[in-house]
Amino acid sequence: MSDVVLSVQDLTVDYGLHDPVRAVRQVSFDLARGEVLGIAGESGCGKSTLAYAVTRLLRPPARLTGGSITFTRPGEDPVDVLSLEGDALRAFRWRRIAMVFQSAMNSLNPVMTVRKQLADVFATHEPDLGRKAVEARCEELLDLVGIDRARLSAYPHELSGGMRQRVTIAMALALRPDVIVMDEPTTALDVVVQRDILDEIDRLRELFGFAVVFITHDLSLLLEISDRLAVMYAGRFVETGTSRQILDNPQHPYTQGLLRSFPSLRGDREALRGIPGTPPDLARLTGGCPFAPRCPHAFEPCTHEPELLDGVACHLFSSKAVAA
Amino acid sequence: MRFVLRKLGFYAIAAWAAITLNFFIPRLIKGNPVDLFLSRVQATSPPPPEYRRALELQFGVSDDPLWVQYFGYLKNLAHGNFGLSITNYPVPVSTVIAQALPWTLVLVGVSLTITVVLGVGLGALAGWKRGTWIDGLIPSTTFLAAIPYFWLALILLFLLGSTLGWFPLNFGYDVANFTGPEASGAFLGSAIYHGTLPALTIVLSGVAGWMLGMRNMMVSTMAEDYVVMAEAKGLSPRRVMLSYAARNAVLPSVAGFAISLGFVVSGQIATEIVFNYPGIGFALIQAVNSADYPLMQGIFLIISLAVLGANLLVDLVYGVIDPRTRQEARA
Repeated sequence: MSDVVLSVQDLTVDYGLHDPVRAVRQVSFDLARGEVLGIAGESGCGKSTLAYAVTRLLRPPARLTGGSITFTRPGEDPVDVLSLEGDALRAFRWRRIAMVFQSAMNSLNPVMTVRKQLADVFATHEPDLGRKAVEARCEELLDLVGIDRARLSAYPHELSGGMRQRVTIAMALALRPDVIVMDEPTTALDVVVQRDILDEIDRLRELFGFAVVFITHDLSLLLEISDRLAVMYAGRFVETGTSRQILDNPQHPYTQGLLRSFPSLRGDREALRGIPGTPPDLARLTGGCPFAPRCPHAFEPCTHEPELLDGVACHLFSSKAVAA
Repeated sequence: MRFVLRKLGFYAIAAWAAITLNFFIPRLIKGNPVDLFLSRVQATSPPPPEYRRALELQFGVSDDPLWVQYFGYLKNLAHGNFGLSITNYPVPVSTVIAQALPWTLVLVGVSLTITVVLGVGLGALAGWKRGTWIDGLIPSTTFLAAIPYFWLALILLFLLGSTLGWFPLNFGYDVANFTGPEASGAFLGSAIYHGTLPALTIVLSGVAGWMLGMRNMMVSTMAEDYVVMAEAKGLSPRRVMLSYAARNAVLPSVAGFAISLGFVVSGQIATEIVFNYPGIGFALIQAVNSADYPLMQGIFLIISLAVLGANLLVDLVYGVIDPRTRQEARA
């Protein structure tokens, strides 16, 4: 695929040196230019860790222990993201991959005006830009997300939650990055504002053509906004596919369970069923399929962890494939 | 502007309360300055009534109603008249304070500033580079802070002053060469030389608290999303540390500094005793020992006003450094 902008192969992240907890296990995905890849999973499944790994923001005790991340722009040499250090890493950040954080409330510095926080980006990445040019760029950015220019002088506490998240999105757009990683960008907002923000992201994406890695626990939301989807469980992708495929024909029992746990607006009235049990403790994985204890279809082969084959990591399908 | 006016109003009321209490409390104490004075100067024959009358006038003792005395007291205060010191009779209290105060202000002010700047700076670095050698400094500075202050001061005085002879043993300046404070380079040098060891003890015993507090705030601030975001933005580590992490982590220390600043005036009493330093703490101890109520009253008033002034200053500074506290002013 020539239009892949970000390629992640077998990414593995451990927490702690002795007796490490493996939070992300051999995750691979290719992100095409301009596409929205949704990653869904329960709390603690490693999806935020994955986001931090891709943006090189992991801090001890988290450690990248394997895999590769390759960033490619058309007509340029591929960049090995994991080998970037120091100035090269800082120059790569934000210009190529920007990030929108989980909580809109806390991702802005409370003692700096919006202007200064936006201008920071330019001061770092485009130091030759004059003061007036920076001001113009900042105003332009607020225009993009539909916030009054006068709010540049505001402090974060003077903005509503939705406005703050718009500001962080504006900030992410500052250098026209190729990829924006969004880690639960709408979780802290109420549904109406959430809808506005999603529409905004969609509009801006059409405008600038950046690709999005959208991480959330809200599968229903992902089905709607993403082109492709990955369902994560216990640090691994258990099912990948287009949103359409997953909505119409979920294969992995976990995906089926997730889809059954929210109501559909149209269609027959059905009893909602959650998934019994709780996610496994990542420190105590047995080597079998981590979902097996909660799986209604668990059978003998489930004592071995299945590989991700043809977009699904489940023995129900691999055994069929073998049988066929 | 309303913010500033409201603060000023609040502090004006607090200052009035302090002044008023300062007027009433000594009057609730048994005896009056004249009796105290007479008991000091002569124990034998009772003094002639004229003498007593003259003293009463000087010390401002009268049988007027309390409110008349109160307004007289306010009027005197407005003129900077605190009455006469009993121990230093007939030197006015204001003169005693004026002589002692600069010593304390400079010594304690400078050493407190050094302590806070050093402590907060090292604390920020220790938090930023958690687990490195600089973080390892914390236990050793805490050890210094755990030693009772007067003991630490005495040991340093013994080692550096007496045994090694690097520093003078007492006084604020070289009393053998100067008869009193004068405006000359030599005197200034002497005062700095005499102040170094007391300042060193204050810094050594105080720095750990500031360092530990700042270090821990720094560690918790660094987990905030805006610090991670600053890093994701590709800002230089220096900028992330100073403008994002330390800038927010320092806020509680500023409040702490405010509180300490007010007590600069009351002086480090232990320091001034150990080093025989001619500051306000030393004057206060002398006043207490000899029941010199007018002097005590004057010193207490100065201390309360200084605490209020320092708090006002920090309230205003806080409004500048933390925009969230300005919220009401904008609304």
